[in-house]
Formats: sequence, C-alpha cells, structure tokens
Amino acid sequence: MPELLQFLFSGLTVGAVYALVALGFTIIYNASDVVNFAQGEFVMLGGMITVFAHAAGLPLLLAAGIAIAATAVIGVALNKLAIEPARGAPVVSLIIITIGASIFLRGVASLVFDKQIHRFPAFSGDAPFRIGGATILPQSLWVIAGGVAVFIALWLFFTRTLTGKAVLATSNNRLAAQLVGINTNWVMTLSFALSAAIGALAGVLATPITNTSYDVGIALALKGFAAAMLGGMGNPKGALVGGILLGILEALTAGYLSSQYKDAAAFIVILLVLFIMPQGLFGARQTERV
Amino acid sequence: MSDLLRVENLGISFGGLRAVNQVGFSVKPGEILSVIGPNGAGKTTLFNMISGIYMPGDGRVVLNGDDVTGMRPDLLARRGLSRTFQNLQIFQNMTVLDNAIAGYHLTESGSLLADLFRLPGARARVRAAREGAMALLARVGLDRAAETEAGSLSYGKLKRLEIARALALDPKVLLLDEPAAGCNAVETEEIDQMIAEVARSGVAILLVEHDMKMVMRISSHIVVLDHGEKIAEGDPATVSRDPQVISAYLGTEAAEAADA
Repeated sequence: MPELLQFLFSGLTVGAVYALVALGFTIIYNASDVVNFAQGEFVMLGGMITVFAHAAGLPLLLAAGIAIAATAVIGVALNKLAIEPARGAPVVSLIIITIGASIFLRGVASLVFDKQIHRFPAFSGDAPFRIGGATILPQSLWVIAGGVAVFIALWLFFTRTLTGKAVLATSNNRLAAQLVGINTNWVMTLSFALSAAIGALAGVLATPITNTSYDVGIALALKGFAAAMLGGMGNPKGALVGGILLGILEALTAGYLSSQYKDAAAFIVILLVLFIMPQGLFGARQTERV
Repeated sequence: MSDLLRVENLGISFGGLRAVNQVGFSVKPGEILSVIGPNGAGKTTLFNMISGIYMPGDGRVVLNGDDVTGMRPDLLARRGLSRTFQNLQIFQNMTVLDNAIAGYHLTESGSLLADLFRLPGARARVRAAREGAMALLARVGLDRAAETEAGSLSYGKLKRLEIARALALDPKVLLLDEPAAGCNAVETEEIDQMIAEVARSGVAILLVEHDMKMVMRISSHIVVLDHGEKIAEGDPATVSRDPQVISAYLGTEAAEAADA
C-alpha cells in the first residue's frame, strides 16, 4: 500500500501543476474560444525569470513576484501584438498564432537566458513529510495549495463578479457584449494578463521539484491541454479535476507499467476524450441554434 | 426640448451600391420615431451606422450634442445609446437572468480590484444589478424563466429578453430593430405598450418595424426610406397618405388609384 500512496502523492503534485496550466487555458478560452498554446511558455518564463532574478541576488519571493508580473506583461504584449491585430480571423488561425508565439518565446528565452537546466531552492526546505509509509515534499504541498487557491479565486471570479461575467459574455457573443458596454478589447487584455500570471505562478511553484529550462513549455502545454480537455474546456472545476486525474494517471502508469509510457498517458487521454465525450467531464454541451 | 439624437446626411456605400444616401432626422426625449420602408431600403444599415457597427461613409451622428459618428458600440452604450437586433444578439449559453444582468455591466464601471476582493461596494453593485435585472424581467414577463438557459427560449421571448437587456443600460436613446417580428398579436400588443411606456419615461426611441398597425399606433413621427433615400417624413396620418410612400410599398398603379 505505501507504494500506491507514494504514486498518488507524486501524481497529485504533478497533477496540481497540470491543473494550474489548465486553469490558465480556461481564462483565455472563456474570453475568446482560443486555446492558447503559448500557455506552457508562460510557465517556463515564470520559472526561468525567477531563477535568473534570484541568481542576481534578489530574495526568492521578490524574484517570484517579478517573474509573475513580467510574464503577465508578456501575455498582454502577445495579445496586443499578435492576437488583436488578427481580430476577426477564425479561431483556428488564432490558435496557430499562439503556436507561433510559443516557438518565438522559446527561442527568445534560449537566447536571453541559456539552454541549461535550472532550479531554485524549495520554499520550505527539502525535508519530506512521512505519511503512511510514503513521503511528500513540502514543495508539493505548495503546488497543491497553489492549484486549489487559483481554482477558488477563478471560480469566484467567473461566478460572483461582474467582471468575470463580462469575460464570459465576451466569449458568448462579442457583439452583444459590446452592446451592453463591455470593452471587449480590455477583456482580452485582462484575460491574457491573468492567464500569463497563473502560468508563471505554476512555474514558480513547480520549479523546485521539476526543474526548468527554456524548453519545458511544450510538454506542459500539451499536458495542460489534455487536462483541460478531460475536465471540459472553459470550466475551472474541470481544469482542476482534469489536471489532478491526469497527474495521478501518469504516476500510476509510470509506477505500475513503465516510466517510458508516462507521457503516453496524456495523449491517450486526449484521444479517448475526443472520441467518447468531446465536452469533457464538466464542459458545457455546445448548443447552437440555427 | 432639444434633440437627443440627430442624424445628418448619413450615407454609406458597399462596393458600388449606395445603401444609404443623405438621410437625416432627429429625435427628442419621449418621442417614438419609426423608420419604415420596403425590404432592402436600408433601415438596418442605417441602424448599424448609428449604433457604431458600421462606420458611416459620410454624414454625422450627434448624440446629446456630441458628435459620436463611428464611435465603438461599447462607448456608445456608455453614452446612453442602446439597441436590439432584428436577428437577436443574445448570450445563448447564459441564463435569462445573467443576460439581463449583463446589461448592468455599465453601472459597474468600478474597479476590478474592488470586484476581485469582493469589497462591500462591489457586492452591493452585484446585488443591485441582480435586483434590477429581476425587476426588468418581471416587466417583460420573463421573471419565471430567470434561471433557464437563454438559448432554450422561444423567439418571441428572446425578443423581450433583448429589450429587457437594452433597458438595463438605462438608455437615453433606444434603437429597436423589428421588436415585434415573429411575435403573435398578443405579444405584439404587449411590446407595443412596453415601448410606449419607455417613451413616456423620457427615452427617445428609434423603431424599425414591419407591422404597420403597430407603427401607426405608437409613432410620433415616421421617416420613410426607399432605396437608401428618405422619400417622406411626418406624422403617421400624413405619411400614410403620401403618394410616394404608397407607390414605394404597393407600386405606382396603386398610388395613382389612391390619388384619383
């Protein structure tokens, strides 16, 4: 049993990272129906900027704060420079733009930073807690707490605030949103800033466990995408549950089958979801009136 | 009283087609101005130019004394111009109540931070929006459908929901594009009374409608368009006797018959 518990703990940790990536997808998707494949790059930037700011002598907390703020600015720039000028283009074109942006950000990161693998110290030390014969790192608890906190904040944002409703309204019908006085450009800017900040936070929390380098973004974006699809695109609850399920599935695959098949788990999930229930666990069924 | 909305020499071309040419009129608070004309006369195009969906090719739109020609729809909404659409612009996947609440977004131009941290002010605004939206839904007879998804409502009910949302903005000028289309006689009469009531509260109303009985009943003033040009203007009685109007609607022979 301790073995299973250990797999669950590590699955939960990785799953919380995936959940954070998936939550980042949620906001931009809700505002514009665009799946932002540069989301993984936001995670990379969060980790990398923290690494280099910390190495330059800044305290860890300040370095992390700077990383999150800087990534949010990069997110806004992505919207202003690449997405907004293409407004009116089909969603597929916008998604392709985000793929291009992710390649661009990765390239710039490899030049501005370097191509080494980095980490910074865990927030509360590396002494693991022992529970029922298994161990869990204090940093894992930080990651899990971060995932849950962002989930609760987003859930409140979308259900309880008028600004959150404005974001949903913009995605639902952009023209109608403008008619009720919603500045849809501002909603998009806000969405990219929030998504990027959440991505960066994931990078900050996970780097002490997973390490980071300029190219961690692709894998994270794909895993986060799989998690969001599993949970139901656009639903914060789906992102959280999908992320954790995917993490646990990966950990169990690695533990009981072979760690070589670990990454296959995510892609099998994407395929199964698309074949069997494209709306995911909690996704809204698409109803289009003709 | 001064004009709330004034349209001066408004025109637009699509390719070589002159869709609207040199159209002008004005509306005062409490007035109902109807724009009528055969299909393709340019009525909806005119509405789209006034409400910022299309950039006018020439001419001016003056709202409350300010030139607002070609201004973005969300900014026009903030200045008190609100509209509905012939083919409906509804938030299909949101509840009826949330659709109406969306109309209150304006009153919450307050800060996002207050909103995020759920400060008392923000909470009060959410509550006020909710109460106001419920009251409006009751006014258009949709209060019992508040929690249903808007996409599942009948066309007639969606029409009323769109009007409720437009009213939530507390507009000074309200543009209604065929509010009674697809509604039965009873519903039409209800919409009719609702429009008259809104006008009495001092809102300037601009109406495009094909139901002539309704137009004749509630309009204070009528503008007739044909092929993008204004061919007649006046009170309902004058317009309905105008030979040019009759010929536009029924052909020249009918006009000659009416003349004789």
